[in-house]
Amino acid sequence: MANYDQVLDASGFNCPLPILRAKKALTAMESGKVLRIIATDPGSVKDFESFAKQTGNQLLESGEEDGKFVFLIKRVFCQADR
Amino acid sequence: MSQKKLAIIATKGTLDWAYPPFILASTAAALGYDVQIFFTFYGLKLLEKNLDLQVSSLGNPGMPMPMPVPVLIQALPGMQRMMTMMMKKKMKSKGVASLEELRALCVEAEVKMIACQMTVDLFEFNPKDFIDGIEFGGAATFFEFAGESDVCLYI
Repeated sequence: MANYDQVLDASGFNCPLPILRAKKALTAMESGKVLRIIATDPGSVKDFESFAKQTGNQLLESGEEDGKFVFLIKRVFCQADR
Repeated sequence: MSQKKLAIIATKGTLDWAYPPFILASTAAALGYDVQIFFTFYGLKLLEKNLDLQVSSLGNPGMPMPMPVPVLIQALPGMQRMMTMMMKKKMKSKGVASLEELRALCVEAEVKMIACQMTVDLFEFNPKDFIDGIEFGGAATFFEFAGESDVCLYI
């Protein structure tokens, strides 16, 4: 796994919480920093792909580890930010 | 990339109908949408500080039930409370956010929430019972935003 700056454990939470929590965490991070997200919701795989596509934040990695889904998202500053 | 707009008209006040407006609004906000929700009729119940939303399978043949229950039994006293409790328990066990949390996330994401003045007066809702930060308005006002929205949903 590549380097990351912060971890968000969204295990046990279902849609839309993983996305909402990730959004909150990413907004507080500096541009260029990487957030590692752990989730158990199988829907989160597609959700994070869509999230990255629509917000401009970069999905660096998407995989599984110890039966959980793990994602690496890089914060990118763009117009979609609030 | 100009900001997309989502307008939601929330008209229902039962537990099962309360989730969609807040989930859609909070998710859209997380994706960068500008979101406004217009609460009218029974949707006004979603704005109350103390949420006590109920749900019943009575009249809702589409609701999945753990075991089939005859309609007459569903109408018995206490059944509605029990079904509401069962639904809430299920939500919790499956890790679904509570309504209070989803609503708070919407507020945090600056989703604009508007209460329909007409139905507030009609059903004699007390604005003091609503959460803070609610605006009051009518359909014409909401159409200013809804008319320009990319997605407009009637729930």
